[in-house]
Amino acid sequence: MPASTVLVIPAYCESGRVGDVVRAVHRQITLGQIPAIDILVVDDGSPDSTAMEAAAAGARVVRHPFNLGYGSALHSGYCVAKRTGYQRVLQMDADGQHDPAMLGRLIQALDEGADIALGSRYLAADAPQSSLSRRVGTRLFSWIASRWIGTRITDPTSGFQGLSERALASVVNDGFPEDYPDADVLVQHHRGGLVVREVSVIMHERIGGLSMHRGARIAYYGYKMLLTLMMMPIRRATPLRTADSVARIS
Amino acid sequence: MIALMRDVALLRDLEPMHERQQIVAIAGAIAIVLLVFELVRRRKLREEYSWVWIATAVAIFVLAVNQNLLITLTGWIGAASSASTLFFGAIIFLMGLAVQFSIRLSRLTHRQRTLAQRLALLEEELVDVRKQSRGERTSSAAQKSNSEEVGVRREVS
Repeated sequence: MPASTVLVIPAYCESGRVGDVVRAVHRQITLGQIPAIDILVVDDGSPDSTAMEAAAAGARVVRHPFNLGYGSALHSGYCVAKRTGYQRVLQMDADGQHDPAMLGRLIQALDEGADIALGSRYLAADAPQSSLSRRVGTRLFSWIASRWIGTRITDPTSGFQGLSERALASVVNDGFPEDYPDADVLVQHHRGGLVVREVSVIMHERIGGLSMHRGARIAYYGYKMLLTLMMMPIRRATPLRTADSVARIS
Repeated sequence: MIALMRDVALLRDLEPMHERQQIVAIAGAIAIVLLVFELVRRRKLREEYSWVWIATAVAIFVLAVNQNLLITLTGWIGAASSASTLFFGAIIFLMGLAVQFSIRLSRLTHRQRTLAQRLALLEEELVDVRKQSRGERTSSAAQKSNSEEVGVRREVS
């Protein structure tokens, strides 16, 4: 019988890392640290051997024909989950920043009734240091998200999350942001009546590869996030008025 | 109303375009029409987009030929000369076109993204289905050869 939970790992150019991440999750399952879950790697059009390594490590792999962005990779993962009939989705990054041992905490938060379990690196006593611009951005958007949602959000950019079936039904829609799904998605969940809960997790430094949040992209990220948040109450839900053109089975 | 505006414009001593400016504007308008028709003939430009250009060319042509209208318009927007009214119109038109293209581009980007995602999902499902059917084929082939063997044995016995 297939597991009811799937772990989505969006990956772009993560050869040399993604295989280890998949194996590390398998190890946690074998050790009985976390319940049996299926692993789905969404290769976002990597020119390297990311997809092959993920498949060799035993993951189910979906490949984008070309690079579509982190948000789209996640979205494809959600859509596969929905089409396959999974009840819950966990998500983690492919670069080794997220510790698979922490997946249990996300699952527990979902068990306790959270719709979105958000793994935060800043709740721990020894929170990692990041660059100034990153810190300013995180502060600003955590403040906005916290005020809006009404509960303290410390790490809105975290890609280490767990989603309930209700949350999954909402994220498969076309309006899901294609590049940086962060504070805006959390606020959207809250507006949809879903329960967002932060869970303390330990995150490691990335082993290699490139962060999405670097250089001029940080400025664009800030602009985009502010605009999206400002538009949130008055914006049309999806670009083409069709709710789920990817997840729909037709 | 137009007559009034023209009078106001004339009071400001607005001069009509020089003959040479007029000729250049008319020639430009005709050139645009010819170019657009040629592009449509070669199927490099869709009819869908051609009308905007034709409409612009017609507008330029009409304004260049009908100086009264141009002077009235110039008075209306408060431009210094008739020629700058034409240029101003051209800039507004180009901006409108650019916005229109941005909108279309956004829509196309969304569609292309959706298609790419669906393709990725279907491809994965196809590979899965193929694997399954191959598995079934080999297992049914195995069954067939088994039953044939049984038949042979029966004949022998």
